[in-house]
Amino acid sequence: MSELTLTVMRLGFLAVLWLFVIVAVQVIRSDLFGTRVTQRGARREAARPQQAAARQQSAAPPPQRGQQGGQGGRRGRNAPTKLVVSEGTLTGTTVALQGQTISLGRAHDSTIVLDDDYASSRHARIYPDRDGQWIVEDLGSTNGTYLDRNRLTTPTPIPLGAPIRIGKTVIELRK
Amino acid sequence: MSSTTNSSTHHTSTIGAIGAPSRRNTELALLVFAVVIPVFAYANVGLAINNQVPSGLLSYGLGLGLLAGVAHVVVRKFAPYADPLLLPLATLLNGLGLVIIWRLDQSKLLQSIKQAGSAAPRQLMYTALGIALFIAVLIFLKDHRVLQRYTYISMVGALVLLLLPLVPGLGANIYGAKIWIHIGSFSIQPGEFAKIVLAIFFAGYLMVKRDALALASRRFMGLYLPRGRDLGPILVVWFISILILVFETDLGTSLLFFGMFVIMLYVATERTSWIVFGLLMSGIGAVGVASFEPHVQQRVQAWLDPMKEYTLSQQGVGGHSEQAMQALWAFGSGGTLGSGLGQGHSDLIRFAANSDFILATFGEELGLAGIMALLLIYGLIVERGVRTALAARDPFGKLLAIGLSGAFALQVFVVAGGVMGLIPLTGMTMPFVAYGGSSVIANWALVGILIRISDTARRPAPAPASNPDAEMTQVVRP
Repeated sequence: MSELTLTVMRLGFLAVLWLFVIVAVQVIRSDLFGTRVTQRGARREAARPQQAAARQQSAAPPPQRGQQGGQGGRRGRNAPTKLVVSEGTLTGTTVALQGQTISLGRAHDSTIVLDDDYASSRHARIYPDRDGQWIVEDLGSTNGTYLDRNRLTTPTPIPLGAPIRIGKTVIELRK
Repeated sequence: MSSTTNSSTHHTSTIGAIGAPSRRNTELALLVFAVVIPVFAYANVGLAINNQVPSGLLSYGLGLGLLAGVAHVVVRKFAPYADPLLLPLATLLNGLGLVIIWRLDQSKLLQSIKQAGSAAPRQLMYTALGIALFIAVLIFLKDHRVLQRYTYISMVGALVLLLLPLVPGLGANIYGAKIWIHIGSFSIQPGEFAKIVLAIFFAGYLMVKRDALALASRRFMGLYLPRGRDLGPILVVWFISILILVFETDLGTSLLFFGMFVIMLYVATERTSWIVFGLLMSGIGAVGVASFEPHVQQRVQAWLDPMKEYTLSQQGVGGHSEQAMQALWAFGSGGTLGSGLGQGHSDLIRFAANSDFILATFGEELGLAGIMALLLIYGLIVERGVRTALAARDPFGKLLAIGLSGAFALQVFVVAGGVMGLIPLTGMTMPFVAYGGSSVIANWALVGILIRISDTARRPAPAPASNPDAEMTQVVRP
């Protein structure tokens, strides 16, 4: 075998070996999905078809709203777009509101997992009603859910910016 | 995922459920790549040594490809959300190891002194056994948390495995280290399996005790000092690893177990003081034992002055290890880009050239560039293990994953450091690459457990249909 061929093979092999390492690192890069909190922040629309579909339904253009009964147009401008945790261990966490139900509690499958000794495992949930108005409902928690200073007994609409207190955690809806 | 075709805006997918694709196709593509590279290397060795493409190329490629393919299908079926990198990385290392072992088989010198000859086919058989165990782990271990039940049985099992080589008649003293046992015509290194079993015990134990170990402490000079009685476990593990060092005269195994425990202790308690204690204790232990154990002293001598040992050994007057120097020469003659596969002279390291010193062959024939790539691949496996630990949702899984990947990393460090002259040489095997049945089989099992944990960790949380409230609301909706 000629010297040249062997040299080419030698360098070629090293190149292929390094190519593998680089490809592997690229896979890691594309694979970075972290804990739930970071995932919310780093979400990309294009990559997530379900999410995009969900978005179309809630914050959708007027024609689709029309199909749903023509409501919602009135308060479209004032509709909250995100839920912000303003006090407690999760301070700073935001969740985009896209028509999905947001569950709050210490249970691991909650949308916002509260690390709060005063919260129940399924404490409360926040969901949009038919008109697109966001409602907070206490799910029979031990210590209760407070909107402003009132303990919730029934599902209640959430005004923009009103603090919802669960244990030591305070969340509010913002535009 | 919840159905979004429903016209209702009230659907119940939580955000966490989205975004964990299974990545199996990525794994398959990487796996094909990981099989092609060793086949390329195999052809390269054949061309360099015999001037022809080796006759076994097709069967070897098909063999490795088949094993990898079966493993992939099993992962696809039984662990669909597992990490996409672990299997290809392990396959690549195993394939490269097979090629280098085959390359050393071709050496006339090694054939003449019967140090090698037909090691590659046997290693291929061990690989098949290893992948069979990997598959068995994935099929029978549906949930890694089951292992938690066997915490204390694991402790007993690990101790038995560790002490087996000391049983008279069963253990064998091979070249100064008593870490093998003979059963029939097989020799097994129980320490390789003990590594996994011990990780299970440590994970189960630390999960229960970590609060006591972390919280009950006094602060002193910026360090949390644990209470005296909480020092018990670390003292016991330290004592056992010292026993291993004294009676089995194997620094590597001893370091591996103690190091794994300290790593897991640190991760479980988040207290830096444990690392300080661990380093102090292992330092005291190593120096203490080295002061009276001749075998350990020899190793230290060969590490401090390999050239002197080499000369003495060449002259036939004492000198215990000429290989340390030979390995360094092999690395040196490899240079940056290496001599090319099949064109080095690492077979001059006669003894253990294809097991403990296989890294020297890599270093000579692939050069610094190749060694760096190899070490990076090991690093990526460890990284995926740590990543799995981060993603795991249960503390036992976290600790087990960190323990297994920590042990893997320590083993690579101990062997690579020993061969390169960074630390005294010990008789351990480079995971996946070196010749040795126990090592290959045990490490495939280790990767199997990591894949199982990562599957559980990355599996999307079940769609919250468990919330009956939400479902009812959806039904009533017009």
